[in-house]
Amino acid sequence: MFAGIPLLPEQASTLAADVDALYLFIVAVTAFFGILTTVVVIYFAAKYRTDDPLKVGARIHGSIPLELAWSIIPFLITLVIFAWASSVFFDLQRPPDQTLEIYATGKRWMWKFQHLDGQNEINELHVPVGRPVKVTFTSEDVIHSMYFPAFRTKADAIPGRYSSVWFSATKVGEYHLFCAEYCGTNHSGMVGRVVVMEPTAYEMWLTGNVSGGSLAQRGERLFSDLACNTCHLSDGRGRGPSLARKFGASEKLTSGTTVAIDEAYVRESILMPQAKLVDGYQPLMPTFQGLVSEENVMALVEYVKSLRTQDTAVSRAEAPEEPAKPTAPQENR
Amino acid sequence: MSDAIAAHAGSPGAHAAHHSDLQHHFDSLEQQHEAATLGMWLFLITEVLFFGGLFLAYTLYRIWYPVAWAEASRELDIVLGAFNTAVLIGSSLTMAFAVRAAQTGKQRATVVWILLTMALGLVFLIVKYFEYKEKFEHHHVPGPNFAFEGPQAGPAQIYFSLYFLMTGLHATHMIIGFVIMAVIAWMAHKKRFTPEWYTPVEISGLYWHFVDIVWIFLFPLLYLVDRAGHFA
Amino acid sequence: MTVAAPRVTYLNHEHTVASWLLTKDHKRIGIMYLLVVTFAFFLGGLFASMIRIELATPAGDLVSADTYNKLFTMHGVAMVFFVLIPAVPAILGNFVLPLQLGAKDVAFPKLNLLSWYVFVIGFLFTVYAMVSGGVDTGWTFYTPYSSRASNTIVVATGLGVFITGFSSILTGLNFMVTIHRMRAPGLTWFRLPLFVWAIYATSLVQILGTPVIAITTLALAIERFLHFGIFDPVLGGDPVLFQHMFWFYSHPAVYIMILPPMGAISEVIAAFSRKSIFGYSFVAFSSLAIAVFGFLVWAHHLFVSGISVYSALVFSLLTYAVAIPSAVKTFNWAATMYRGAIWLKAPMIWAIAFLGLFLVGGLTGLFTAALGVDVHIHDTYFVVAHFHFIMVGGAIMGYFAGLHYWWPKITGKMYSDIWAKVAAIIVFVGFNLTFGPQFILGYLGMPRRYHVYPPEFQVLNVLSSAGASILAVGYILIAIYLVASIFWGEEAGDNPWHATGLEWTTQSPPLPHNFATQPVVTEDAYEYSKREIKVV
Repeated sequence: MFAGIPLLPEQASTLAADVDALYLFIVAVTAFFGILTTVVVIYFAAKYRTDDPLKVGARIHGSIPLELAWSIIPFLITLVIFAWASSVFFDLQRPPDQTLEIYATGKRWMWKFQHLDGQNEINELHVPVGRPVKVTFTSEDVIHSMYFPAFRTKADAIPGRYSSVWFSATKVGEYHLFCAEYCGTNHSGMVGRVVVMEPTAYEMWLTGNVSGGSLAQRGERLFSDLACNTCHLSDGRGRGPSLARKFGASEKLTSGTTVAIDEAYVRESILMPQAKLVDGYQPLMPTFQGLVSEENVMALVEYVKSLRTQDTAVSRAEAPEEPAKPTAPQENR
Repeated sequence: MSDAIAAHAGSPGAHAAHHSDLQHHFDSLEQQHEAATLGMWLFLITEVLFFGGLFLAYTLYRIWYPVAWAEASRELDIVLGAFNTAVLIGSSLTMAFAVRAAQTGKQRATVVWILLTMALGLVFLIVKYFEYKEKFEHHHVPGPNFAFEGPQAGPAQIYFSLYFLMTGLHATHMIIGFVIMAVIAWMAHKKRFTPEWYTPVEISGLYWHFVDIVWIFLFPLLYLVDRAGHFA
Repeated sequence: MTVAAPRVTYLNHEHTVASWLLTKDHKRIGIMYLLVVTFAFFLGGLFASMIRIELATPAGDLVSADTYNKLFTMHGVAMVFFVLIPAVPAILGNFVLPLQLGAKDVAFPKLNLLSWYVFVIGFLFTVYAMVSGGVDTGWTFYTPYSSRASNTIVVATGLGVFITGFSSILTGLNFMVTIHRMRAPGLTWFRLPLFVWAIYATSLVQILGTPVIAITTLALAIERFLHFGIFDPVLGGDPVLFQHMFWFYSHPAVYIMILPPMGAISEVIAAFSRKSIFGYSFVAFSSLAIAVFGFLVWAHHLFVSGISVYSALVFSLLTYAVAIPSAVKTFNWAATMYRGAIWLKAPMIWAIAFLGLFLVGGLTGLFTAALGVDVHIHDTYFVVAHFHFIMVGGAIMGYFAGLHYWWPKITGKMYSDIWAKVAAIIVFVGFNLTFGPQFILGYLGMPRRYHVYPPEFQVLNVLSSAGASILAVGYILIAIYLVASIFWGEEAGDNPWHATGLEWTTQSPPLPHNFATQPVVTEDAYEYSKREIKVV
């Protein structure tokens, strides 16, 4: 820090410090070699300087030991950086098993977040501190990128598929959310904030912002409104496979390969049903491309997810912990 | 410093008795010929990379959408495609004969073989025109008027996008080749080629063979996807 | 100093416009490229100036968002395709390569002229797009924004890039055949100047890589114009496929941009250390290694675009591997100066400035190659700073080093050494001030291509904009003293730098056909001293 300008953004997640440590290590390595080489060059330029244009330098061909040294040693150092960086990368890309799931879509030029309990936010994301959060998202139009500098993580939002970021916030506060992939006129306006709250404040925010049922319940309504339930009978004897206990399992396809039933597969089955057809079923399902918004697809995905432990329609998705009734005055949120 | 380099007075072929086809920046016809041949081979390598991007896209999408690829491929006329393949292979044969004729100083035969090559190339392009026309009538041209039965319509449109890009690019190369052949035929008619120097015929032949080889890849990739039992 | 009788040079032996526009002389073609590239450089610089003025304040108060987006796009397009790619190969390469080989011209002089016309036509397409409303997709043209959403002149710009690509391909082809077939007697491969090795490696990349951007931009233009659907996710297409195809060329392209300037630096450091380049064959092979490895790293631009973790690992490792040959070269250049006789004339000052800036640019690549860090800095100003250090601090500085070195040969005149050194220092200082703060900005989280930004980023942005104004002064200064030298400069003489190399054995400016008599080579490149000394 000098003149009040920070050199690092705030560290607000469990991995931020890891990323910064790696960064500072690379700064040290590059500064060392950069300064060393610069000093050597300037030293030689000064020491061997001449104004006589007819003087010549020594006849030195080269040195194989030197060449090997300054090839191998830098390469080994880069291997160290590579290994360390890859390890941090794995951590950034692999969320822990238990995460608070949030869905989002990016569209020109806003971010829309859907919480499991039905809260919807635009350009703001409220999360509890100290709990791993995973945001699954896509784009409704062009490529965007969801970027939280304070958490040191980002991923591109690509139309046609799901991406995700995860973080576990460590400090209460508000931090930037930026779109980090150029997307047109208002790219630099596609910003927002992530609001990290104490658990009790978060629960209060949740209860104060619900509208119209949980995400899974919305999905359940869509499932019947769009007549999905006429083919996907829960007893398995319909024209389409039963969806009970399917999410998280694997399915065999007509092509012979198996596929893991995750968010991406459920989405693809809705929008391009013939791409990966389940073995033993006819290619009868119509496509819902253009008939279902990405946000509603997420509701349907969440509904199918909710069926992984039961095989009948769900009245309420996995209930969050009962919020403790606060006796203290309400947080101003 | 400069005494290291000795001046060399007059290399052979640099002046006086030099061949009328020798360009002034070359020292010998042999150097000129080697340069031209190397240049054409390098150019053909760039063409491989040029088409290569489309082959990459094709491969990716075929792996992802095998059903759409099969259905769309069956919409192509396999008889016309096979006929065109034979026509192009024939034109490579006539081209090879043209090079041979130039090499052995047979001026008139050179012209005839090149004209035959051009004729076969023209046949190919005419057949292609009819194929494209049919695609247009069946609404298989990608864009707002595209229509394809069944749930594979989306990936099928990608297939046809690649079909038109790949065959269109190939046809463009054929047209350019046709023009090149016309120029070579004219030069041969004017008796510009001798057994000592027929390089333009040879390198045009290389280009023509390359365009032929591209088609030999395009035909099975586009026309023969899962045709077992589907020959109509 | 007066000249006894007017000599015949390639500049004065014919005067008509037609003799220039229909020339087959590689030297005249080099100058014609110089004119177009310089114009493109000032155009791109104008756009950059407007960007930096806008970014001095957090609000978008100078231009509208749409205009800003067009400014950075056209800055990128002009600089990448019409300055960085052609600058050293098409200007200095065209001029110097046949001379260094002892040849009368390149292998295909008419093709060379055609390359120039293709270049100009592509440039005109792009200028047409600029004056008709501009393009706002970014020079990277990512789909689906470019294919579906943008309502700017994408097709014409895409076609302009497509057409210009052929200029690069044909030039690379021409140079490669020239190097293979037209070397002077006695000029074996390992006696070649390192500039030639650099041009050769560059030609490899131009030939293998450029066709891929050609087909990519063509496919994009057709997708947009005719509504084809290869990159359209609604049909099941993959917009990220565009990124793979685009970067398959555009990453090797950066080696087209840096290898020739590195070649020029080898020449300048050897000449002004009066000493052979240390580790000649290592430098030569490093050029080839960079060209080959450069094709294996493209997906490091896609680390956050959804590629698998395993792909990311492979590309990260390969990216570190490709950095090593560049490091080897840098160490060899420094070692060349050891026990040299360092003559600190202007070209050498430019070369030393190059070393400093290229070091930073190359070393900061280690950050972007590091997966764990790149997730954070991708698409931020860190990347912007990194590539400007390499492209401007490296490639452009190397170009200027070469231009200052060969200017006496090209024009027969000497420029003011003092002003050239002053310009080098101004550019060096201005450059560091412009792009140094951007590393910090990027790590703090400021994304790139932002028209407006949070106020906490303002101080660093102001520093950067201040640096840009200094940089602009430096560049304008170069134009002034170089142009002045044409009219009022001292006669240069055949070899003002007392350097080795066949180009310095002929007159300045050279004869139309380069050499009075065919040179024959009997020595290695850079033969300055006769007594061999062993170190280590």
